[in-house]
Amino acid sequence: MSADATGDAYVEFDRVQKSYDGEVLVVKDLNLAMPKGEFLTMLGPSGSGKTTCLMMLAGFETATNGEIRLGGEEINDIPPHKRGIGMVFQNYALFPHMTVNENLSFPLEVRGMGKDERESKVKRALDMVQMGEFGNRRPAQLSGGQQQRIALARALVFDPSLVLMDEPLGALDKQLREHMQYEIKHLHESLGITVVYVTHDQSEALTMSDRVAVFNDGVIKQLAAPSDLYERPENSFVAQFIGENNKLAGTVRALEGDIATIELADGGTCRALAVNCGDVGSRTLISIRPERVIIGAGGDENAATAEVMELIYLGDHIRCRLRVHGNDDFVVKVPNAGDESKELTVGQETTISWHTRDARALDPL
Amino acid sequence: MAAQPAPGGLTTVDGRPLKQALAEAQARAKRRAFVLVLPLLAFILVSFVLPIGQLLKRSVYNPAFSENMPALVQWFRENPRGSAPDESAYAALASDLKLIRKNKTAGIVGTRVNYELPGTRSLFTKSARKARKLEPPYREALLKVDRKWGDPLLWQVMRSASSAYTTSFYLAALDRKRNADGEIVRVEKERQVYIKLFKRTLLLSALITVTTLLLGFPVAHLLATLPLRYSNMLMIFVLLPFWTSLLVRTTSWIVLLQSQGVVNDLLVATGILDADHRIQMIYNQTGTIVAMTHILLPFMILPLYSVMRPIDPSYVRAARSLGASSWTAFRRIYLPQTIPGIGAGALLVFILAVGYYITPALVGGSTGQLISNLIAFHMQKSLNWSLAAALAALLLGGVLILYWLYDRLVGIDNLKLG
Ligand SMILES: Nc1ncnc2c1ncn2[C@@H]1O[C@H](COP(=O)(O)OP(=O)(O)OP(=O)(O)O)[C@@H](O)[C@H]1O
Ligand SMILES: [Mg+2]
Repeated sequence: MSADATGDAYVEFDRVQKSYDGEVLVVKDLNLAMPKGEFLTMLGPSGSGKTTCLMMLAGFETATNGEIRLGGEEINDIPPHKRGIGMVFQNYALFPHMTVNENLSFPLEVRGMGKDERESKVKRALDMVQMGEFGNRRPAQLSGGQQQRIALARALVFDPSLVLMDEPLGALDKQLREHMQYEIKHLHESLGITVVYVTHDQSEALTMSDRVAVFNDGVIKQLAAPSDLYERPENSFVAQFIGENNKLAGTVRALEGDIATIELADGGTCRALAVNCGDVGSRTLISIRPERVIIGAGGDENAATAEVMELIYLGDHIRCRLRVHGNDDFVVKVPNAGDESKELTVGQETTISWHTRDARALDPL
Repeated sequence: MAAQPAPGGLTTVDGRPLKQALAEAQARAKRRAFVLVLPLLAFILVSFVLPIGQLLKRSVYNPAFSENMPALVQWFRENPRGSAPDESAYAALASDLKLIRKNKTAGIVGTRVNYELPGTRSLFTKSARKARKLEPPYREALLKVDRKWGDPLLWQVMRSASSAYTTSFYLAALDRKRNADGEIVRVEKERQVYIKLFKRTLLLSALITVTTLLLGFPVAHLLATLPLRYSNMLMIFVLLPFWTSLLVRTTSWIVLLQSQGVVNDLLVATGILDADHRIQMIYNQTGTIVAMTHILLPFMILPLYSVMRPIDPSYVRAARSLGASSWTAFRRIYLPQTIPGIGAGALLVFILAVGYYITPALVGGSTGQLISNLIAFHMQKSLNWSLAAALAALLLGGVLILYWLYDRLVGIDNLKLG
């Protein structure tokens, strides 16, 4: 972690819990510390408590237990309008009865800013998102992407140092989404703001963030930089949730240093990095990324026979579904090298292999 | 559009104009739709357009005099306004009196004149009875029957009644009349009732509209924001009044508010009031306001609710996150979005209140009566239907003007009734 509870943390959740009905905890013991200027993404399946966390930070929900701190000060009892946090909503929440200019000038007005200063600030914010000519339109007269930009400009116009975004790109098509991802990232860098971003699109999380917090069921499963998250998942949920993943179930038979020897369900054995597999005798799931599997006997200790079940042509590569150690869903990506002699056919038996460092023994799901 | 070469517009592939082709294609569907709504159209025509037309006509058209007094009508036509009744006028009058005696229409004619000059009905019936014995010179003869026949005001009234089309009912409805010279003047102070009642009706209706808005707004907001199981319950309470008879509801207010009623008893029992100073809360304006506010409340709540329901809570949240206090967020963001509902509810309640009859009649006493009670009085008691029609037409006109004003100020497209 780049910041801890006592250090230079700007946003801090300290053992925060939240329950709406007194029966179910939708956020369980959340600890999170963000330094100033970080872009942190909360990623997770629907209902995992991401929005709830964001709402607690913004002040629209109260934490049932624990402390939330902003810039070192506890903000649990500060009403939302005094927190000075910018927020972008999933449906944009642009005020329909106001023009774009009025929307943007609203946060400045409630802060008692003079007319001239307001106008120049609104103009600057609109130019920042390249919407300078649209000031006199109503939100209903704008396209989804344009509304999104206005919402962004409105959340930034009063110079908040922390901005929260709850699935701001969820309603846009893929191309526009990628473009806006780039723009948001760019604004984050040029303005030096701290951003908490919520999404359930993993590629969005991986491309934009400094760090990603993977949520499941009210718990942060892993908080790490995107590359760590993909390459070094700490548990089966993260391995499964981020990117594609092959699972092999088994039981730990021996542990030597950080290498575990695992007996698989069909009696075969496999060596893997002992990341999160418990002691000898405990059940485990081995995770191997599809692109790390080698067709043929190129890997070191781990080789297995595989039967080709299905081939899907995807242009740059071919997706092969194999049966490996009794698992029908083992996927390998074979680069399209144009070498016909190496081409696989359905029903064919072949050998595959992988390096021990690419196999991670994790907790059973 | 710019790419269209043909000046005649678009055509189909076989060369027919597109508009024509479309119209033909849709004609069948339109005919069918028309046949389906035909019964409704007929119903509206019979039950709405015709009665209102009748009413409007009756307010300016009353042939009771002109049909029964032909000779006098003839004389009025030949002699311009201002000419004093001469012997020929009295001769015409005498012949008409004989005629109405024969036709037994003296009462009808007398009633018509009596509308504008009280106390003249008997003059006609009495004189008609003696008409057979009238001999020339008629002037003396008639003046001997009753001196009132010489009254210039009576002649002025008969002149105005001699035309079936008249504005005198509208004048009466506005507390005006014509004097002997034909000028429009106000009626005597003690007989000026209608303007006062119009004013009171408008004022009380406005007051009731405001109270229903004040009471209904929070309820509608609760309805729109509570979780479904609570809001359903609350909705039932809002709709409950619709399931009980209007009379029951109104009389229950009597039970509650009368001077020996529940509220006064409670106040006395708790020592807040002393037994000799019970508050008069019913049979006056207070009664009318309280009971009508209660009865009209759902008409305010429902349009408000239908506007508030779809307002996303994230608007207010967005405003709060942008730095607005909850009051500012309400005033600047939430309230403006409910305007269509406020407009619709207010218009609905106001229009209903302006024409309300039964509740003020039951709990209004004398000071809580509205204009509709007088309309009913003229329909049922005094049988002056033309005056009732004129009053109703004025009311209708007022409501239409209001509707027009609303359209100019808020825009009728912004109205949302549900
Ligand atoms: N106002 C509320 N009252 C009761 N329960 C709620 C409320 N809001 C959310 N929940 C529950 O809390 C849990 C977490 O919800 P939350 O909205 O934080 O999920 P999320 O991670 O944002 O999901 P999504 O990706 O679908 O937006 C869910 O089980 C949800 O049903
Ligand atoms: Mg959410």
